[in-house]
Amino acid sequence: MDGRSVSAPPAAQTSRTPGAAFILKKALISAFVALVLFSLMIGVRTEAGPQGQLVYWTRFDDLAIMVAAVFGGSILVELLRRWWGPVDTVRVVPPSVQSALSLAGRLVAPVLLVFTFLVPVLFYNERYILDLAILVLTYVMLGWGLNVVVGLAGLLDLGYVAFYAVGAYSYALLATNFGLSFWICLPLAGILAAFWGVLLGFPVLRLRGDYLAIVTLAFGEIIRLVLINWQTLTGGPNGVTGIPRPTLFGIPLTPADDGLAALLGIEFSPTHRIVFLFYIILALALLTNWVTIRLRRLPLGRAWEALREDEVACRALGINTTTTKLTAFATGALFGGLAGAFFATRQGFISPESFTFHESALVLAIVVLGGMGSQLGVALAALAMIGGFELFRGLDQYRMLVFGMAMVLLMIWRPRGLVGHRAPTVFLKRSQTISSDLVKEGHG
Amino acid sequence: MDYFAQQLINGLVLGSIYGLIAIGYTMVYGIVGMINFAHGDIFMIGGFIALITFLILVSFGLTAIPLILLIVLLVSMAITALYGWTVERIAYRPLRHSFRLAPMLSAIGMSFVLTNYSQVAQGARVKPVPPIITGGYTLHEGAEGFVVQLSNIQIIVVVTTIVLLALFTWLVSSTRLGRDMRACEQDQTMASLLGVDVDRTISMTFVIGAALAAVAGMMYLLYYGLVDFFMGFVAGIKAFTAAVLGGIGSLPGAMLGGLLIGLIETLWSAYFSVEYKDVAAFSILIVVLIFLPTGLLGRPEVEKV
Repeated sequence: MDGRSVSAPPAAQTSRTPGAAFILKKALISAFVALVLFSLMIGVRTEAGPQGQLVYWTRFDDLAIMVAAVFGGSILVELLRRWWGPVDTVRVVPPSVQSALSLAGRLVAPVLLVFTFLVPVLFYNERYILDLAILVLTYVMLGWGLNVVVGLAGLLDLGYVAFYAVGAYSYALLATNFGLSFWICLPLAGILAAFWGVLLGFPVLRLRGDYLAIVTLAFGEIIRLVLINWQTLTGGPNGVTGIPRPTLFGIPLTPADDGLAALLGIEFSPTHRIVFLFYIILALALLTNWVTIRLRRLPLGRAWEALREDEVACRALGINTTTTKLTAFATGALFGGLAGAFFATRQGFISPESFTFHESALVLAIVVLGGMGSQLGVALAALAMIGGFELFRGLDQYRMLVFGMAMVLLMIWRPRGLVGHRAPTVFLKRSQTISSDLVKEGHG
Repeated sequence: MDYFAQQLINGLVLGSIYGLIAIGYTMVYGIVGMINFAHGDIFMIGGFIALITFLILVSFGLTAIPLILLIVLLVSMAITALYGWTVERIAYRPLRHSFRLAPMLSAIGMSFVLTNYSQVAQGARVKPVPPIITGGYTLHEGAEGFVVQLSNIQIIVVVTTIVLLALFTWLVSSTRLGRDMRACEQDQTMASLLGVDVDRTISMTFVIGAALAAVAGMMYLLYYGLVDFFMGFVAGIKAFTAAVLGGIGSLPGAMLGGLLIGLIETLWSAYFSVEYKDVAAFSILIVVLIFLPTGLLGRPEVEKV
């Protein structure tokens, strides 16, 4: 904070009340920069011709549209900024609104939970919404799992998708090679992923901050590359197909004579299985949440949070940072593995393509947008990110472009996440919410 | 032995390209303390701009290869530098004093934006170019008929890298800008109190880093004869690995790390398996960091309570 007041240039004083000339000048500069940036990349289009030789053609109309859009956008942003006022202004909220907001805040979680339980009832006939809900819940679970590592223990993990992959492949390979059922493989997948978490934890014990980031990123890439190249075991880029579906106490959800529908004497519908999967992932996600909340009250969870706040002080107080870090990695990986096993059984088919760095970045974005350590925030952020991502499905190739822009804009708008505060785990006399500005992020 | 010598040459050339990109990572890290995830994509944009400029120049009937190369180099450095500046201005400057993960996520988002921007703008297919610089020298002819060759393009890549490195070292050690950069690296608040324009210095860091990445992109285009929109991700991770391996924040470290990663990758492909070359590079990074947690030439971080 002190840095901001010092390094703020004097120009900021005048820019608080920008005149029309200033706005126009800024827009013109932006448009000129855009013209240079886009001149070759958009103004000229290259493509490999029929003889393999490169040809190009010009697209000056597109270029003009883009530059005009930047010009207009710049004016719009400047006007919005003028209307909104300086960023640092503290807005005083009247106490009545504050209490209403806090009441609403306390009600959000139970209402959301009840609504989630009712989703299959409300949208029984809408297959698309059910599928989307399962997807959102998978990411909620991944977000809560990564939250243990990043949000609680403050260890930056850019390779979380590796554990997701380990869980998915563990189930897929155990089920297709040995015919083990989903309910036996689920804990096995979790344990295997936790084991890999410890394996990753060992080399990174002494690393801090960005060294940790690159090692976890490299670890994620190593797992993916091995999955692609170890063709005899994993099927390489073709992946594993024919992964069996989960059963209800050994009763398959199929139209066969021994299927659940036949036993209950009702007509078979494929929606039964979707609803079943929905409740499995809901149970898994709630398990993650419950375990995390319980762990936070144990000495272990407190050690994680102490580690996040200050590693040196932690060691001085006699906390074993080695086991603290390893358990954080193992716990996070365990949940990632469980989510992975669920992903495999839901899809029925997995390939290394599902486990790219993009997934890690998405889950990390969910955790950070969720406010680093807030359980409700992570759930809301997962809903917003995955739901928003689905909204742009029609945009096809522009989807990732919009996604990236949204990530940048959200970070600029709310760098501390959508839910900016959370309840403390330990308190002296009465519980107060802490602004997330006061929660430290990990330095490894 | 001849085979080994040939692989050594190839590895050094590849390492030079990685080193040029790694300098951008390490410079930004030294000053702002953040991982510029979009840097790999800046390299990719540099490659694309070099390709487009080259196409336009050729279609205008220019035939003098050295002149073409010079113009391509300058244009691609200039425009890519502007990309670096814009990225910093849009995505990083508003988050300068925010908490540490925010600029990193913003950078990841920017990397997605740049990757998909060039996919949308230039199409998803690989863009091949015919070899522009041909010929070379035979260094040694082995008994079994295996020849060790040093092609002209390899010479150009290595010489350009050395020249740029010398120029860059001079810039950092003996110019006003370099002194400002080193001052900002040590203490931004103090530097600004002493009259250093911190914002401008940071912008210039991004501009220089992007210009070096543009050179790397052009060298990549000349050496491999192709560009595609996804090449920034893999090259970016490798270069970042190189920067960390050498000790992030250290300029000689970045170059050393780049050369090491290039050599490991080439030798591993030559003697073991091509498929696992990246796994080998990443594994060696992890092994080195176990024993030297701040990289080969990095300064140990002082722990403060």
